[in-house]
Amino acid sequence: MQTTIRFIVNRLLKMLFTIWLVTTIIFFLIRLMPSNPIDRYIETQMVQYGLGAEEAKAQASFLFSMDLDQSLLEQYGAYLLKVIQLDFGNSLLSPGVPVMSIIAERLPWTLFTVGSGLLLSFVIGISAGALLAYRRDRWYEPVVSGVSSFLSSIPDFLIAIFLLILFGVVTWGGGNPILPIDMLRGNYSIGVTPGWNLAFLTDAFVHGLLPILTYAISQVGIWVLLMKGSTISTLSADYVTLAKVRGIKPRRILTAYVGRNALLPISTEFAMRLGFIIGGSLIIEQLFVYQGIGLELLKATSGQDYPLMQGIFLIMTIAIVVSSFLAEIFYAVLDPRIKATKGAIT
Amino acid sequence: MTQPAVFQTISQSSKWKKTLVQARYAIFHDVSGFIGFVILALICILSVISPWVFPVDSASNAAAILQPPSTEHILGTDHLGRDIFAQIANGGRDLLVMALITATLGIFLGVILGAFSAIIGGKVDSLLLLLADVWLSIPRLPLLVVLSAFITLNSVTFAVLLAILSWAGLYRTIRAEVLSLKERPFIEAAFMQDLSLSHIVFKEIAPNLIGFIAINYTLLMKATIYAQVGLVFLGILPLEQNWGVMINQAWTQGVIYNPDSIVYILAPTLMICLLIVSLVWVGKSLEDVFHPSLRK
Repeated sequence: MQTTIRFIVNRLLKMLFTIWLVTTIIFFLIRLMPSNPIDRYIETQMVQYGLGAEEAKAQASFLFSMDLDQSLLEQYGAYLLKVIQLDFGNSLLSPGVPVMSIIAERLPWTLFTVGSGLLLSFVIGISAGALLAYRRDRWYEPVVSGVSSFLSSIPDFLIAIFLLILFGVVTWGGGNPILPIDMLRGNYSIGVTPGWNLAFLTDAFVHGLLPILTYAISQVGIWVLLMKGSTISTLSADYVTLAKVRGIKPRRILTAYVGRNALLPISTEFAMRLGFIIGGSLIIEQLFVYQGIGLELLKATSGQDYPLMQGIFLIMTIAIVVSSFLAEIFYAVLDPRIKATKGAIT
Repeated sequence: MTQPAVFQTISQSSKWKKTLVQARYAIFHDVSGFIGFVILALICILSVISPWVFPVDSASNAAAILQPPSTEHILGTDHLGRDIFAQIANGGRDLLVMALITATLGIFLGVILGAFSAIIGGKVDSLLLLLADVWLSIPRLPLLVVLSAFITLNSVTFAVLLAILSWAGLYRTIRAEVLSLKERPFIEAAFMQDLSLSHIVFKEIAPNLIGFIAINYTLLMKATIYAQVGLVFLGILPLEQNWGVMINQAWTQGVIYNPDSIVYILAPTLMICLLIVSLVWVGKSLEDVFHPSLRK
């Protein structure tokens, strides 16, 4: 019990430390970098609109919701306090709209596509990997392994381009491509009311189909390879041999003895991949013009909307850190040995 | 006076011979590795000779824009009527050079931090380990995008930035490797001779990390190409002559909706895939050479 508590507290502290570090880095980028956005804003106000220094400063402090008359340390404290309340101020590009409401509007879409893509690839990859480990002598084993290693190494956005060409451009002899790509921009069609009705759900699904497929295809190879390796090493364990000797049905051995234990080390990888995919979603969403958090971050960056930018980046980091925290706890619950070895260090 | 050894193993006879034997094994021992080496070599050769053999004509030709492949233009022409094949031939050089620079810097950083951290141990070690853990959970690509709003990225700053950003993963693997090396008798002997720390790191430990470094080199090059092409596609890195830029331009010109010129976007995409896959396969075959225990 004590190790469990120590383990959880340990991970919790690390999680908070990460979030604090990212927040601090952002604060120093915005406030202390030479030619930082606040100084630049004040300068342009003074040069272009002929405002006085005081006036420009007041405007800047209103826009960035920072009291610029305070000392840096006090500003930093106030900034941290606001971040804890998830208050990132208002967006510069769409004045008056709080950053959090923009994020709240966009984040579910990214979570929906990334989450279902990841889940789909996980289910397919795990089953294929476990199967391959059993059928190592068949002709298709090297083929599937080769394809998996190929898929896992090429960048996800190149897969997206291939998918676009396959489904949206090539006509396959018929008159039209399979999917009307230019009609599928955005998250749902005009004229569909969001809500729990069938029309909206199918529409949202069709719009998200290509991004989901992209995430799934780019991840599936990794799961196949990981699961194959993990299953092979589990297959040689003594308790599996014993189960075979006891005459337990092969299907039950596969699920209850091999599958479970082979899955253990892979489950933490799930959270790791999540961070990678959320990073990749920047490019994927740009390609499919999907209105998720990644596209919003790009818009914020090109429009120099600093509050929105820092808000989104922080939310992305928090999402990743929290999910990897949950994965570690989950892993420790499934496999108590982890607590003993990992809880002690750091 | 030293006496010649009576029995010589390959590793004692000559460093060159050993390297040659290892290289031959790395290239020929398995099909995917061989294909990887061939593709990588072809891309390197193409990159070196193409300025003379297939020079890029920057002059636009309005009469022949977005043409499908023909005998005159093997891969057709782009939106300004320039030959695509010449651009493909010249497009790999920048990517490769950048990847080499970044990987070299990154490996250097990772080896120094990892080796010293593992040897010194104690509080410095656990602090660095904690920092690396934290660093790994910050999403890399979004961070680069955010940083691009503050720093004007060009090829050089980008290479340095990426090398610095990728320190954590390398640090962890190299630290683990050095920790296991540290237990070996010859390192213990070096410590007992009171040799300096830098001597131990660079003369005793680093040579034993060569295989490890070679493998991570290809992985880091792959990661660099991914980030570079991604950022170029997003329009964050300045446009130069490389495959990522070609994808970006083909994309912004809406080439994808024009079935005639689909080659314009397909060709650079395929080339990047080939380059990355060849790097991965080369890395895997190097792994077989230096970590024989992992062989199937």
